[in-house]
Amino acid sequence: MVNKKHISITINGEVKEAEVEPRMLLAHFLRDQAGLTGTHIGCDTTNCGACTVIMDGKAVKSCTILAVQANGRKVLTIEGLSKGREKLHPVQQSFVDKHGLQCGYCTSGMILTSYWLLKNKKNVTEEEIREAISGNLCRCTGYDNIIDSVKDASKKMEEEGDPIEEQPEIKVRA
Amino acid sequence: MNPPTFEYFAPTGIDEVIDILAKYPGEAKILAGGQSILPLLKSRISSIPYLVSLSEIKGMSYVVEGKDGVKIGSMTIDSDLENSDLIEKRFPILHDATKQLADPLVRNVGTIGGNLSHADPANDLPAVMISLGARFTIRGKKGSREVEARDFFMDTFTTALEPDEILTEVYIPFWGRNSGGAYVKFKKNTWNFSVAAVAVQLELDGNTCKKAQIATTAVSPKSGRVESAEKHLVGKPLTDDVIKKAAEEVAASAEPVTDSYGSEEYKREILKRITREAIKKAISRAGGN
Ligand SMILES: Cc1cc2nc3c(=O)[nH]c(=O)nc-3n(C[C@H](O)[C@H](O)[C@H](O)COP(=O)(O)OP(=O)(O)OC[C@H]3O[C@@H](n4cnc5c(N)ncnc54)[C@H](O)[C@@H]3O)c2cc1C
Ligand code: FES
Ligand code: FES
Repeated sequence: MVNKKHISITINGEVKEAEVEPRMLLAHFLRDQAGLTGTHIGCDTTNCGACTVIMDGKAVKSCTILAVQANGRKVLTIEGLSKGREKLHPVQQSFVDKHGLQCGYCTSGMILTSYWLLKNKKNVTEEEIREAISGNLCRCTGYDNIIDSVKDASKKMEEEGDPIEEQPEIKVRA
Repeated sequence: MNPPTFEYFAPTGIDEVIDILAKYPGEAKILAGGQSILPLLKSRISSIPYLVSLSEIKGMSYVVEGKDGVKIGSMTIDSDLENSDLIEKRFPILHDATKQLADPLVRNVGTIGGNLSHADPANDLPAVMISLGARFTIRGKKGSREVEARDFFMDTFTTALEPDEILTEVYIPFWGRNSGGAYVKFKKNTWNFSVAAVAVQLELDGNTCKKAQIATTAVSPKSGRVESAEKHLVGKPLTDDVIKKAAEEVAASAEPVTDSYGSEEYKREILKRITREAIKKAISRAGGN
């Protein structure tokens, strides 16, 4: 039996502490220990991006990061985007308005990658969007509606801003 | 799938990393971004009893300009290189490579040190570093040493690193005024590795080639200089004919194998085309025409 490690990760503004096996993947930690099943596992081989989360401000594939590697970091999952608010986050609303999803399996990853792009670039072009989501696969939409959604989200973020910024940090134990 | 079990260390200093590597020689491995090693563990291709993470060590991620070159910390992630104005301006060949390496999400985690130390002949950064004439700083029990990029890559997945050693810094010397380079990669879709890729770094004197360093990706057991092709360029005016001959030599001297990315002949044809393109791009960046 290997030694478990103590980790503390700030997930969607809440500090989660737990003892985990070092081999536990961040995606499994989020789903099974933190109960946040909005993070999907598709390929489990670093190709599809269904497991995308934002770690310390960067979109990453949580099936290829150990939970212990996320120790001391901030993680944002799809649940965090509209947490504690009645309205959906502008990026989520754009995916609804522009039909950016069908089955929804890729959607949490697509939305988080798009969110990461829009936090870093204003007035994004179609080319920039296609490049940014090139590590996220969608088997349903053919991508065009996703591109439209992200363009729309870019406008919404300009107009409405990002509601996430004022997240309080709450301490809880897993 | 979960990786097989392992003992995990996350020390805060490089000396501790070296101590752990030396305590379990061959059994302990460094974990940088994990974008190569975790897929291998998850698919159970490898099993590693001791993983030493570099994630808790501060100050290993930087890109700084010195008098004669640029220093890059080995934990610098690919996307930081991609977004560095200094790299784009001074070493556009490296900008070309990082922009196309894997996908944006993998680039947000994968590091330059991991890309080089993994020594996968399909990894993009070995060829780029060889053509630029980069030097690597390596630290181990016996102290610190420097290794030229061209001597670092020994074979597929095999480098000059001893089991107790860690790559700490990459140093890329500035080239002369009329120099430029390009990395041209042929791939089928974003998340795939290259079918073939080529790195060309040139220095010109007017329209004559003064210095040329060429290296390839994914078409031989390890990335290395293609000196037989460089000879076709050096000392000559870079006419279409000269460029064509050099490109043919790159294709002829490569050792591609038929696999799911394409047949051997197909890869040689691709190599000819991308080498011509890379040389022309390098010439134009070097201020030639
Ligand atoms: C879907 C996908 C597509 C990819 N496509 C490409 C591509 O097109 N081109 C490309 O070049 N790469 C590609 N990669 C590989 C990716 O770039 C890796 O991130 C990179 O090769 C390894 O970097 P890392 O920091 O993640 O290293 P890790 O996986 O952490 O480590 C890799 C190896 O290097 C060793 N190591 C790491 N750092 C050091 C150090 N400082 N000193 C000594 N040893 C060290 C480790 O022990 C391990 O053996 C792809 C990966 C994935 C998952
Ligand atoms: S589940 Fe992580 S990339 Fe597919
Ligand atoms: S909506 Fe079904 S995979 Fe994208």
